[in-house]
Amino acid sequence: MSPTNYLLLSALLFSIGTVGVLVRRNAIVVFMCVELMLNAVNLSLVTFSRINGSLDGQVMAFFVMVVAAAEVVVGLSIIMAIFRTRRTASVDDANLLKY
Amino acid sequence: MGSQSFSDALGVDYGALAPLLIVLGGACVSVLIEAVLPLERRRPAQLVFSLAVVVVALVAVVVRATSGAADVVVLAGSLSVDAPGLFLWGTLLALAIPSVLMLADRSVEPGGVFVADPEALAEAQEKVLAGGSRSPSGTGPDSRGAVARRGGGGGPDPATPPEMHTEIFPLVLFALGGMLAFSAANDLLTMFVALEVLSLPLYLLCGLARRRRLLSQEAAVKYFLLGAFASAFFLYGVALLYGYAGSVRLGDIAASAAGPLRSDTLLFAGLALLVVGLMFKASVGPFHTWTPDVYQGAPTPVTAFMAACTKVAAFGAILRVFTVAFGTTALEWRGVLWAVAIASMVIGTVLGITQTDLKRMVAYSSVAHAGFILIGCLAITPAGLSGTLFYLLAYGFTTIAILGLVSLVRSGDGEAGHLSGFAGLGQRSPVVAAALSFCLLALAGVPLTSGFTAKFAVFSAGLADGMAPLVIVGLVCSAIAAFFYLRVIVLMYFSDPAPDGPTVSLPGPMTTVAITLGVAVTLLLGVLPTAALEWAGAGSFLG
Repeated sequence: MSPTNYLLLSALLFSIGTVGVLVRRNAIVVFMCVELMLNAVNLSLVTFSRINGSLDGQVMAFFVMVVAAAEVVVGLSIIMAIFRTRRTASVDDANLLKY
Repeated sequence: MGSQSFSDALGVDYGALAPLLIVLGGACVSVLIEAVLPLERRRPAQLVFSLAVVVVALVAVVVRATSGAADVVVLAGSLSVDAPGLFLWGTLLALAIPSVLMLADRSVEPGGVFVADPEALAEAQEKVLAGGSRSPSGTGPDSRGAVARRGGGGGPDPATPPEMHTEIFPLVLFALGGMLAFSAANDLLTMFVALEVLSLPLYLLCGLARRRRLLSQEAAVKYFLLGAFASAFFLYGVALLYGYAGSVRLGDIAASAAGPLRSDTLLFAGLALLVVGLMFKASVGPFHTWTPDVYQGAPTPVTAFMAACTKVAAFGAILRVFTVAFGTTALEWRGVLWAVAIASMVIGTVLGITQTDLKRMVAYSSVAHAGFILIGCLAITPAGLSGTLFYLLAYGFTTIAILGLVSLVRSGDGEAGHLSGFAGLGQRSPVVAAALSFCLLALAGVPLTSGFTAKFAVFSAGLADGMAPLVIVGLVCSAIAAFFYLRVIVLMYFSDPAPDGPTVSLPGPMTTVAITLGVAVTLLLGVLPTAALEWAGAGSFLG
């Protein structure tokens, strides 16, 4: 199968993630959509690595995974903190700061 | 010279990397201090240690810059230590000193601005008030232990606020290390990792306010979700550029673009996504939506650190990417970024006029300033480079001074913030009002302040590079923006203070030093800008 198909799949997953961030209301789900975007990037990195015939892209995918894991730690702790004070994780309810 | 040959064998130039290694190593030691020292001794130890780390790193930068050492690319091409990079490092570290002082100050907000677990603190305070009869043992978290200890020792003392939490110091040092790496990154992967290293601690710092917890946490959630979203765009851009050039090294991307014909789609799609991520961090134009909320919600010292240092790091990276990786294709993409710069200036000034909260006003003013700085970045000339670097230095110190002054004006439940609280400040506290007026005039770009020199340098560089329409928009926006800076000054001097209005608290030595430093540098760079301009223009980026 042509590697281009994987690039298309990756673009599709990235778009799904983007739309998810824009339309979903729960902070956890929004965050999961961001993770989907990062993993879509991983797919294209590995595909480009194959197309270019170098291993750099595969190594980069590992870096992205580590960074994504660190982001999960920080992100979930922030969402937990706001959930404990507000009893909700909806991003629509976080509306004190505006204009 | 045994150590010399050892470092040669590893291929690591420790001399060039010293500032970065000092800050990141210091951050790790700071985590250890957090774990080892007892709570009551932690704060002074952490403060002295963090300041020492920043100062030593700054000295290392100055030594390196004055020694005339050649520009080098270190760590297998991932970091580039060149003249503009050293200027950015110096600026970041110099801005970090007043920021750390403000973060550590406890005179303005009794007990310090930060607290990790408010429920535990509230419980502990109640126990103290109840007489401290219950046993302090087994309460677990440090905050409870500390207050319970105090309660058990000298009897209940409700006037003494619970001890401040000191996790902020390692977090600030890690963020600073990330910023140093971000502005020196010579390949896009290093840039991405540095971006996350600088962002993650900042997300946490935003949510740690002692007062107005809800606002602070909301700011943290918004900053985190939008920041993660933007860094995903940045990363997709990196992937596309890797597909285009077969390498993420900035120099290789430029070489591929200049080489035989390849698919421009990958190049420009990659650049566009990359720019979205970078512009988000620099709070430019239409990617600024997080800025006002986070500036307002975060604790004011964190806002100062973030506003000054993040901007320097982000624009440092933008300059490097534009110059080194995309300098050869500038003609093709510059038009789009003209639109971004114009959008940023217009959004910042127009929305800035409508603001009623001073911190939000500073946020929109920072969006407008980001547009001005972008003019300097788009002029890919030596004059544009030195003008932008000078602007970042000048803007950083002015912003820190302004936010320091804002934190002094307080009403019953924390900072006043609202513009009405500043009415009649000139009568009630002439020094604070005078300093604030001076800094606002600097933001407006009045002569004899650093803001004028900076704007002049950036606009003249833009004009020389054929961006006259952009410069005209910039001048018009500066004129409009002057209105809302002057409005605050008029309010301070020509209105009567409200009878039950906010009070101005007397700052402790640390905040005083931070504000004085900011005001002094603003004045100095306005009156004698030559030395800084010369250093800013001393060299160019290394490819």
